[in-house]
Amino acid sequence: MLNIDSIQNGLVIDHIKAGTGMRIYQLAGLDRLDCCVAIIRNARSGKYGHKDIIKIESVIDLNLEVLGYLDPNVTIDVIQNGEIVEKKKLDRPKRLVNIIRCRNPRCITSIEEEIDHIFNLCENGRYRCAYCEQEERRRPEIKKR
Amino acid sequence: MRHLIDPLDFTLEETERLLTLADDIARDPAAYQEAARHKKLATLFYEPSTRTRLSFEAAMLNLGGSVLGFASADSSSAAKGESVADTIRVISCYADIAAMRHPKEGAPLRAARYSRIPVINAGDGGHQHPTQTLTDLLTIRRRKGRLDGLTIGLCGDLKFGRTVHSLMMSLARCSGIRFVLISPEELRVPDYIITEAIRPRGIPYEEVRSLESAMPALDILYMTRVQRERFFNEEDYVRLKDSYILTAEKMNLAKPDMAVLHPLPRVNEIALNVDDDPRAAYFEQVQNGVYVRMALILTLLGLEK
Repeated sequence: MLNIDSIQNGLVIDHIKAGTGMRIYQLAGLDRLDCCVAIIRNARSGKYGHKDIIKIESVIDLNLEVLGYLDPNVTIDVIQNGEIVEKKKLDRPKRLVNIIRCRNPRCITSIEEEIDHIFNLCENGRYRCAYCEQEERRRPEIKKR
Repeated sequence: MRHLIDPLDFTLEETERLLTLADDIARDPAAYQEAARHKKLATLFYEPSTRTRLSFEAAMLNLGGSVLGFASADSSSAAKGESVADTIRVISCYADIAAMRHPKEGAPLRAARYSRIPVINAGDGGHQHPTQTLTDLLTIRRRKGRLDGLTIGLCGDLKFGRTVHSLMMSLARCSGIRFVLISPEELRVPDYIITEAIRPRGIPYEEVRSLESAMPALDILYMTRVQRERFFNEEDYVRLKDSYILTAEKMNLAKPDMAVLHPLPRVNEIALNVDDDPRAAYFEQVQNGVYVRMALILTLLGLEK
């Protein structure tokens, strides 16, 4: 059994679908943090069998849009003095702004300067570009900021 | 301030009201010849479309207004790299209303977000063409006296044909509609139209390959052109362009009061010998396009009586 120290003050992103942890780490910008961040992959889970967990040793403003988009089933535990003081549940965001890029070469986003890449959640559960209405690709490209 | 970017920007009631105004204009055009006097329409055509541009210009001139604009990206500041957002901010200082045609999908929506004047989408790539939809709806209503309770056949390029998508989304709001989708496998209607507009409303539809077998049931036949510019691959275009051709012989299979619509221009998908058939409504559509654009300009400028 691998042991990772519990944190005194910070955030734990729990119940991440196994295999999604690294994408959350990159897309949520956790790779740019100065504090200690631990990614635990394939941890045993009573509910899901396996899960990923990310522990962040600082209370930061997490981009909940990104998390909700990548995995709406995660929970975020806020830790203060070694205790969980808040548990946040996420929903799939209705709108994504500059999280994924539209890949349609016929879309105005392919040529217009300084345009936000906006995707809206549709009835079928997929995201669609606000401009050309093309659905997201299954593995969206990370938008460089 | 209202824009028309998507055919669904207007509710069904608003659309019916606009069609009624267009009908009134058709009955008595002289009554509207000064209705938009001293108003200016900017036609911002980033890709050539003589027919649509002239229809907008004729509409504004018929209302006593004036027009300015450009007919291709080469003759606009876009050639110098200006963004759509900047162009519309500039045009807002020159005109009272703008009609934009752009090869990139979503460009008119981008423009509307930065505009101080109403923006009309005059066609954005393969995406939407709402004034064509209004034209189609007006033609259907004038021919059949109603928009509901009709069996609508759509034939040809149902995948890239933006007029087809817009018309289906609009008609899906009417009651008692039934669609017959006639296309080759490669040019079927995109799934999202079926899953979002058709199926949730329980609208009956069938996808068929044969135009002949579909003909007898149709109240409206909407023909489309297989467009070269929508293909990445010339081989696919050549293979599919002649898939569905309407002839006088096929017209014999249709109801006596069916109406044939086409957004034009046609290439060869409707034989010339169909033109004299009283059921051919595609040139009437062109005239209706001017009436409906007149009604739209008046509505967006708040000048309707």
